[in-house]
Amino acid sequence: MSSLLVLATSVFFLNAVSINSVMPEENKFEQAESVSQSSQISSKNKTAASSSFDTIPVYDFKNLEPLLYTKSKKTHIVNFWAVWCTPCVKELPYLEAYAKNNPDTELLLVSLDFPEDMNSKLIPFLKSKEITSKVVVLDDPDANSWIDKVYPNWSGAIPFTIIFNNSNRSFHEKTFESLEDLLQTIDKTINKN
Amino acid sequence: MNKRVLKTALISMSACILFFSQNSHAQTKETNPANQPENRPGPPNGGRPGGGGSPEQSESLAQMKGFKLGDKATDFSLKNIDGKLISLAGLKNAKGYIVVFTCNECPFAKLYEDRLIALNNEYAPKGYPVIAINPNSPENAAEGYEAMQKRAKEKGFTFPYLVDEGQKIYPKYGALRTPHVFLLDKQLAVKYIGTIDDNARSATDVKVKYVENAIQSLENGAEISPAFTKAIGCPIKANSK
Repeated sequence: MSSLLVLATSVFFLNAVSINSVMPEENKFEQAESVSQSSQISSKNKTAASSSFDTIPVYDFKNLEPLLYTKSKKTHIVNFWAVWCTPCVKELPYLEAYAKNNPDTELLLVSLDFPEDMNSKLIPFLKSKEITSKVVVLDDPDANSWIDKVYPNWSGAIPFTIIFNNSNRSFHEKTFESLEDLLQTIDKTINKN
Repeated sequence: MNKRVLKTALISMSACILFFSQNSHAQTKETNPANQPENRPGPPNGGRPGGGGSPEQSESLAQMKGFKLGDKATDFSLKNIDGKLISLAGLKNAKGYIVVFTCNECPFAKLYEDRLIALNNEYAPKGYPVIAINPNSPENAAEGYEAMQKRAKEKGFTFPYLVDEGQKIYPKYGALRTPHVFLLDKQLAVKYIGTIDDNARSATDVKVKYVENAIQSLENGAEISPAFTKAIGCPIKANSK
């Protein structure tokens, strides 16, 4: 019987720990969000935004995962992409345009470019395209271990986009063909009953 | 005492159940729209990523029309870089086939070229040849026939490198990205679908060689595990019609 007690408390404890370990990261993200927001707002008046890409944070999946969820009602868009991915590059302007027109939206570009290409390819690309959204590099080689955690039906092909807020969520293994296509998709996700 | 123990266990377990059920509830709610037919207008476009204007994803793996594990794959007759037509039936003494959809330009495909050569050099003599197929539209000259010939020569491919003429074969297999491996047995039954190993970026850091393990299991009559893996790869470029 005492072993049951141990089991029960350990289950409970583990649960509590796992919840706790998620919480601070979310809080951190909220903070990071507000920081990036304010920097974005200031950058909207100037064109100093490109200087923010002198370094780009490199995450493993464990660190990225909390950014795929929110407690906020705000529309969040997470887009998995890479400089070498032609259809990804094609749809980036639509995502950027949407985020610019809707300042209350959180757009996160998750680059799957290799960290060693950051200075030679990724940063020059972001500067040349005048991308002002938040960018992180996801460096976690064993993709088979984390793709299902993003969404079980995702094959791993990019671009891949998640649109979500605290209550709705949709996944898109496709290229957005236009700003209109993106607008409609966001509307259907966020404004559905 | 016993009562207290039970009570604690009950509380913690219900907390557990509550936590997980909330999660799974959220998930069903989230994924539900994909199941509503009105959200998926128009005909499926052959499983091509990037096509269609459907608001919910219509090209996820779950909805792909391609082969699943255990299905019998179709043979093909495709032009090799030397101009000859290659079919699986024409490969004598094969005990199985490592069919890989790959291409010239994709950084992931490039990272695996040397490993594909090594795989073929080791396993073709044992009855498991590599057959590479470029599924990309030749509209992009960098993926065209001449560029394929050039790349194969540069790298010294020891296996056939075929053109998916008219892009008819890759949708049948359900290839979604490059590189994407389909391991077939002698009867063309699909035995493994996925990536070559667990580290595209660095061959020296590979811990699990999925394809090699699958071949070993096939040889030994053992269960292949995992028989299905995922990886980041380049989307296949469909013809722009």
